[in-house]
This record gives sequence, structure tokens and C-alpha cells, in this order.
Amino acid sequence: MTNSIAARIADFLGKYPPFSLLDETQLNLIAREVRVSYFEQGKAIFLKDEKVHDLFYIVHKGAVDLQKVLENGEPETIDKCDEGDVFGLRPLFAQENYQINAITDEESIIYAIPIGQFKPLATSNAKVGNFLIESFASNTRNPYSSEHRGKLFDDEQEISFKQEALFDLQPVAIVKKMVTVSRETSLKQAAILMSKKKVGSVIVVEDKKPVGIVTDVDFREYVGTGISSIDTPVEKVMTSPVICYSKGITLAQAQLTMMKHNINHICITKDGTPNTKVKGIVSEHDIMVSQGNNPSVLMKAINRASSTPKLNRIQSKVLYLLEGYMKNNIPVTHVSKIIFELNDATIKRTIVRCIDKMDDLAPCDFAWMSLGSQGRKEQLLHTDQDNAIVFEDVPEDKLEETRAYFLKLAKRVTKRLNIIGFEFCPAEMMARNPKYCLSLSEWKQQFTTWITSSGMDDILLCQIFFDFDITYGEVKLTNSISDHIFKTLSENKLFLNRLAVQALRNPSPLGFFRQFLVEEGGEKKDLFDIKKRGIMPLTDAARLLILEHQVKNISNTAERFEKLAQLEQNNKELYLACAYSSKVLLKFRTRQGLKYKNNGRFINLEDLSKEDKVKLKRCFKTIKEVQELIKVRFETAYHT
Amino acid sequence: MIRKWFKNKDEEDLPGFWQNYSGSFEEKLPQKVSEIRFVVFDTETTGFDFEEDRILSIGAFRVQKNQIEIGDNFEVFLAQTRFNPETVKIHGIIKKEKFEKISELEALKGFLNYIQNSILVAHHAGFDVKMINKALERHGLPKLRNKVLDTAALYSKTRITSNLIDRDKTYSLDEIAEAYNIDLIERHTAAGDAYITALIFMKLLNRLSKGKDVALKNIYRF
Repeated sequence: MTNSIAARIADFLGKYPPFSLLDETQLNLIAREVRVSYFEQGKAIFLKDEKVHDLFYIVHKGAVDLQKVLENGEPETIDKCDEGDVFGLRPLFAQENYQINAITDEESIIYAIPIGQFKPLATSNAKVGNFLIESFASNTRNPYSSEHRGKLFDDEQEISFKQEALFDLQPVAIVKKMVTVSRETSLKQAAILMSKKKVGSVIVVEDKKPVGIVTDVDFREYVGTGISSIDTPVEKVMTSPVICYSKGITLAQAQLTMMKHNINHICITKDGTPNTKVKGIVSEHDIMVSQGNNPSVLMKAINRASSTPKLNRIQSKVLYLLEGYMKNNIPVTHVSKIIFELNDATIKRTIVRCIDKMDDLAPCDFAWMSLGSQGRKEQLLHTDQDNAIVFEDVPEDKLEETRAYFLKLAKRVTKRLNIIGFEFCPAEMMARNPKYCLSLSEWKQQFTTWITSSGMDDILLCQIFFDFDITYGEVKLTNSISDHIFKTLSENKLFLNRLAVQALRNPSPLGFFRQFLVEEGGEKKDLFDIKKRGIMPLTDAARLLILEHQVKNISNTAERFEKLAQLEQNNKELYLACAYSSKVLLKFRTRQGLKYKNNGRFINLEDLSKEDKVKLKRCFKTIKEVQELIKVRFETAYHT
Repeated sequence: MIRKWFKNKDEEDLPGFWQNYSGSFEEKLPQKVSEIRFVVFDTETTGFDFEEDRILSIGAFRVQKNQIEIGDNFEVFLAQTRFNPETVKIHGIIKKEKFEKISELEALKGFLNYIQNSILVAHHAGFDVKMINKALERHGLPKLRNKVLDTAALYSKTRITSNLIDRDKTYSLDEIAEAYNIDLIERHTAAGDAYITALIFMKLLNRLSKGKDVALKNIYRF
């Protein structure tokens, strides 16, 4: 029978080794034998100790994690297969069971090739045989690329893989030949010493214990400006106390500490306090040059990425980073800031690349707004993309032409974001939808309509527009929208009451006997919906209260509550508890999502330890209290 | 009852290949979706008029257990008596081309033999099924007896229902393929569109069943 699809399958296979080594007839023969399989995310193609299949595999679309199983039963990813990578070669060589797991990292289409048909080709064609043996032996997908492995970022921006992926959690390499001086040493002497040894800092010690640090920056601030003379003793200008850690400090910790204290040196002492002997020093610069994967390096890679697949790869490294942070229990506030910045940069980069590719320059100023969780800086895992465009007001006759330009741009951007891993919004709340690609005055009109005349259903959908953050473009436009919202709100108090009703639609998730309320029916039966019952009530409450106070430019839920704590002294404790709870819930969700490679929304209660359950219950008590406050303040009883 | 009466009376007069096809329905379909054999198909036609226009080609793939076997396909090109130059622009099948052509009856024979009692799946299935039925009618044969699923309708059901979305919007194959990141290969050929539809169908099935092995009747409830 004619088979025109087999020819296209052959075209695909022919692009990748070992198939590229076959001739056309052989390729067509194999293509006809291919089985095209669909796997959802997180599904096993095969597992360790499973009997080998009479097939091997090549990734057509998606990605597959190859995992080795550690002694404690935990899987560890040893390689990741992308489009065109071959895996599961064991049955070609041995009949023993599989030694590794192959799990889909995203929704994937995999071609399975029967061994029976392929083996004769592999044995008769030496090149094919060698390729397979090498692949199999090195346990990597493509031995030809092995020379690229383990390298730092080079000019080609190759991103080194896996071994370095969790490099972040490796102990920092400590510089042991640091330079120490005593309190009385003059700045001049210290400077001479630093120049001679080519270092950026000296540690001031007393009794071999660190009492302060002087860095290049101090010379700029005190000596260069003439505040201190070069004869001043270092103790007058040194930074004290010194931030100390013991030598086990990981790269991630070191970096976060530096970010947190806005410093670029950390002193290493024997027990990690300033009360013991100095052992060495860690500088930001040393970290930068010593590693391949960290937020700042990833950031650079993002800003240099010249193709969507590259951004996609970088994003998968961002997830590794996130996984490492979560394992190391790094505070969620720090983590979400870093991940937000990386996601934000990815989106920005995508927009910039799309603008460059447009035939014409943008006809006027515009701004790209991220809505929902990315707008709230809470998007740790990849969830849906929600976005919108606002552009400057243009003359009436130019309006549609201008809109057409931005719709075209939005279509390109959203498509690429989807490929990178930010899935399309199922409700089409995206800038490519003509309803959400509006001029400034159209947006103002839209918000006025929402605020003055929306029904309950509209509120549900429109409220994510109140959590927007500018990702790219002219900030004046988004500020103007914010101003308009607050002006309209102050004239329409009733809208807040309607929002309040919405905020209360998911009551406190604890049942009468303080047990968890789980989903009662459907396919999520007996699972706990942490988004609907935990995160959303808090997000809604924060949005409502912050709108009431007319606070602009804070869209993060925890930050909103922290701001509210400042504004309302008498409710300070409750609001701080809310801020804390929203962080805890986000962390639970992120952990769950990383574990099951999904959006983490549904939690199996059996996965939780006793301690976790207690923690969650405490959060829910807070939700209940803030809902009580809303009920009283907005008198929702009259509206429900 | 009525069907049985019809069957006894008429079936005997119908050709053997039809009886063979019809006989396959004696066998009950499996309960679980994972065991069901779906046949995803597409027809290219000379136009959209059910009376005037004819089928140019039929392409089909079997989907079972989330898998398509490329070699287990059905692809035929039909010899034409009628020629509509308008539609050649779309699908590029010209009256005389390199593919071997068979008669309409031969094509139907092969198709019935291929599908048996499988559940048929097509994009805007109503059109393709009606085209096949019209062709069957021309040869004095009854209509297809298979259950049918429409990927366009299934896709609409995966969309959130809200008043901000146009619920009645119809989705083209290209739109869905883009949303699901599926390459458009051999677009506008029966085999190509059937293949794209099959990939879409697997993704849809998963989204609608939320990863569970649901019973067949549930798919019709979606």
C-alpha cells in the first residue's frame, strides 16, 4: 500500500544518527516499521528491572529523562533526551532487564523502532554498529557531542549538562591564600598588599579571628572620595562584623547570602562564626568563574540565546536550579525572586527576538503585561501563560492597523513561549487575543466596564488583570492603567464588595472535625486541591485588601500582606501570618509539582508527613481568620 | 429488533465484503478506551457538494493504546471521472499523477475491510462520513455502522467554558496542531491530515480522560 507518511518519518529519522548513516532504501524500510507513541508528562517508557522491550526509541517531540536509581530508591537524572535523541538501546546488546528508568519530562511523541528489523542493519553497517556501541557504553544519547560536555559557557553558548546542573549545591571552592592584616594596618599598607597579591579584599584579624573586612569598594568610597586619608588604620573603614560560614557552604547558599547582604565576599572560619580561626575566603568573582550553572550565568545565557530551543534548554536548567533550592530548603522568598527574574528575562528575550524579526518597527510605544501568577511573581513551576498588550493611543484611522501589528507580534511571542514551556492559557487570556491587545484608552474603558458593571462570572475572569506586572516596554502606559483603576475604584465601592464575595467563595479548607476537605468526586477524588483551597483564597484576599488601600505596583501576595501589615497596625499579626502562609503554600505546591512533574495543584494527603499536615492546618486557620475579617469589613452577607 | 429484521432480509443480497464488514459488529467493543481500536481517517474530495463531488483519496491510521503503527496504514487514490479544477489548488491531487488509482468500489471495499467495527475518528467527521456514505449509496450499499468521534468537537470540550470565549467557534486542524505543537507534514493530503488528526486525537484523549483509563461510554459523555 502507498504510505506517504512513512516517507516523512524517514525524513525525520534521516536527520539524526544512527539513521543518518543508513541509505535511503534502508531508511524507508525502517520508517514503515515505526510505531508512533504518545506519552503524557511523567509517564514511564520503561523502568529499571523491567524486561527489555523488543524496541528501541527516538524522541520525536518532547523530552525524556533517563534516570539511574540510587541506593535509597530515589531516582537521579543522568541524561535528558531531546528531539532526535536515541535511547533504550540495551535490548540491541543484551537481554538482561533495563538498568535505568526512562520517564517523559514533558508530553512527548516517541518513535519506537522494532529491534528485529533494525539489528541486521546495525550488524551489517559498521558505522551504525559503532555509533550504537559508543552510545550504549557511554550511557549518553550522542557520543559525538561528548566533547561539548562539561565545558563552561563558551562563545557558542553551549549549555553544559547535568553533571553541572546541580553544581550549585556543591561546596564552594575556597580561596585559602587570603590576605590578612591587623586592626592598626594603614589603608596604604593594605592597598599595597592587595595590589601585590592581586586580591580584592583583606580580612582584618585579631587573634586569628576575623573582626572585619576591607574590599576594593571601601577604597573607592573612603579613600577616593577623600573621606579618609591613606594613613587611616583599616579598622576605621572596615566592614564589621564579617559574614562568616564554615567550609561546607554550598554555591547556592553563598550566592544567596551575597545577594541578601549585598556583599561580594564571605569569610570562611573553622566553625562558621566570627569566633574561630579564619580558614579562607569566597568571593563572588571566584564563584562566577568556577561554575557553569547559576542564576547569573543562566541569566547571561538567556540574554544571549539566539533560538527558541536554546531558551527551552535553559528553562529546563532553571527547573533543576529550583529543584536544588527546594531540596536545600532555601527560603521561598529568595527562590521565587530568582526564578521570577529568570522567567521574566526569558519572556523579555523572547519578545526582543520577535520584535527583531518583525518586518517593521513598532508603530508606537507599547507594554507587554504578564498577568496572574507570573504577574504576581509566584510562578515557580511552569503554568499557563497569561498576558496582554497595551499600546499608546493612536489616531482612530490607524487603530486597527496598529492592533494588527501587535497581534502579529503577540502571536509569535505566545507561540514561542508555548514551545519554551509556558503553556497556552486555555481561556485565551493572551495578548494574541484581540480582546486583550488594546490601546491605552481601550484598556481604561475595559477596566471601567469591569469595575462598574461586571457580573460575578466576569469578576472571576477579570480579576487576574488586577495582578499585572510589566514585562517589557513603556512603563508609563501600565502606570496610567493603574492610576485609572484606582480612580474608578474610588468612585465604585460596590466593586470591592463583589470582589469580597469572590474572595470568600472557597471557604476555609478544614472540616468540622479539623480534617482536610478533599475533592469529593471526579478524577481528583480524595486529593487535596492546594490551589483552590489554599493559594487562591489568600491571593484573592490580598488583591482585595490592597486594592482597597489603593497600593500600586505590588502584585506579589506575600509582599501585599507585608505591606498591609504596615498599613493596618491593629491587624499586623494576622497579615504577617497570611504572608507566611502564602509562602508555605507556594512551597508545598512547588515541591509537589517537582515531584510529580506537573503543576503541583493536587496533593495526595498520604504524601504529607505529620509535621507538614500541622503546618498546612496552621495556614488554613489563618485563611479562616482573614476571611472573617473580609466578611465583616465588606459586609458580604448582604450580597451573597 | 428492527435492525435484525433488516439485516436478515437485506444482508444476504449484499456483496460478501459488506457482509464481512457488517459481521464484525457482532463482536462487542471492549469497555476500556485503552483496548479500543480507533481508526482515524480523512478524505480529500473534489469539493463540498455531497451529490456532485467525489472522493479523491482516503487516508487512515489505526490508533490503539496511544500508539500508531506507521506500516499498518490505509491510503488509496481514486480514479476520477469528474474533475474540479478549483479544489486542486488545495490538495494538489491532479487527475493523472504518479499514484496508482483504483475504482471507487475497490476503495470502499478496502476501507470497510480496514475499519471493521473500529470507532471512526475524523476532523469535522460529519463531512467525511457523509462523503463515504454517499459513495456507498452509489453502489447500492447501506451506510457505515461505526461509532464516530469528531476531533473538532472534542477539542471544543477541552476549552474552558466561559462567556469570554466564543463557545461556538469551530477549530481548524491547523489551529489545533499549532496549539498542540504538532508539525504539519503532508498537510492537505488524506494520509497527512489523517496522521495529524491521529496525533491530535491521542493528545485530546489524554486531556479528556485526565490520564485515566476511562470506559468508552465516558468519551461520548465528554
